[in-house]
Amino acid sequence: MPDQITLRVARYRPEQEEEPTFDEYDVPLRKDWVVLDGLNYIKDELDGTLSYRWSCRMGICGSCGATVNGEPKLTCATFLTAYAPGPVSIEPLANFPIIRDLVVELTDFMNKLGKVKPWLIREEEQPIEDGEYLQTPEQLDEYKQFSMCINCMLCYSACPVYGLDSNFLGPAAIALAQRYNFDSRDDGEHERLTVLSQPEGIWGCTYVGECSRACPKGVDPAGAIQRYKLTAAMAAVKSLLMPWGQR
Amino acid sequence: MSSQLGYARLYKPKVRLLWWLSRRSYLLFVLRELSSVFVAWTVVYLLLLVRAVSQGEAEYERFLHRAASPWLVVLNVVALAFVLFHAITFVNLTPQAMVLRVRGRRVPGRLLAVSLYLALFVVSAFLAWLVVG
Repeated sequence: MPDQITLRVARYRPEQEEEPTFDEYDVPLRKDWVVLDGLNYIKDELDGTLSYRWSCRMGICGSCGATVNGEPKLTCATFLTAYAPGPVSIEPLANFPIIRDLVVELTDFMNKLGKVKPWLIREEEQPIEDGEYLQTPEQLDEYKQFSMCINCMLCYSACPVYGLDSNFLGPAAIALAQRYNFDSRDDGEHERLTVLSQPEGIWGCTYVGECSRACPKGVDPAGAIQRYKLTAAMAAVKSLLMPWGQR
Repeated sequence: MSSQLGYARLYKPKVRLLWWLSRRSYLLFVLRELSSVFVAWTVVYLLLLVRAVSQGEAEYERFLHRAASPWLVVLNVVALAFVLFHAITFVNLTPQAMVLRVRGRRVPGRLLAVSLYLALFVVSAFLAWLVVG
């Protein structure tokens, strides 16, 4: 195994460049180093001007996503040895505006996330003295995988629909809406229906399936979206046949 | 792109025209979408066949004669390949989109897909028996 590997890192410095370029850096190739370690080495030892996001280094915070050799990856969970002898290209997550170097602008997602109301909505709160809202293991299994989402944006980066039309609500926002729709303690499905069943909601998805393959936490946003298509279609049929039965 | 968020200047990457060639999964997805055209053609062609049968033997013979023309044979072979691709991907994706419960227990996705393949096989065998047998 060589003792160094070349990282080709996308650079975008708005004060001096019209569009991104690449800078190459040689970093130590160690068995226990992930791509993020390589970036930190560059920042600490070679070029302090490089900008990128990171925090936990353990696949929890979801902030270190980047495009590594063309694939959306968490740089803290992607080993450099997998790309030996290199070079390894590291670019910002695709489909997002770039602020600087590897840092992308995520306000669009944050706005969409709020629209789907990703929190427990209760029609009536039970009194505190009645204790917790209990769930069976089966009820927990219904939504647990969707609750693993860390908002890392790898799914948006992998989704060509979002790349072509940024109005699309997107995989993580819909998966997180479903996380609460599938929760036995939640009564808010009808409140999310309007946002989710719009053309730029679930119907924008053409089921490419790359979001589920890109997810580092085993969430299946593509499945969540297709399941909701069935729910929305059934709701539409019901409202057509029984308009008096709707809320 | 000028920014309303206080950044000096955001760079908005453009999607390339041939984005669907950049990854195998994107290409397969586009082919799956394209297969709908061939599914539609197959339905129209079968309706034309039914119409020819209903209009008597002479019309049916004319239909068969036209069907034997090389360009139509090539078109239908390509259509068959796309229809099979469409059916296989449809069945493979169904368990992801559909949760089936029997007596409160979730039916495993693999079992759902196998059941659909079995149904496809039974219907195909019945049609083959109807036509050939």
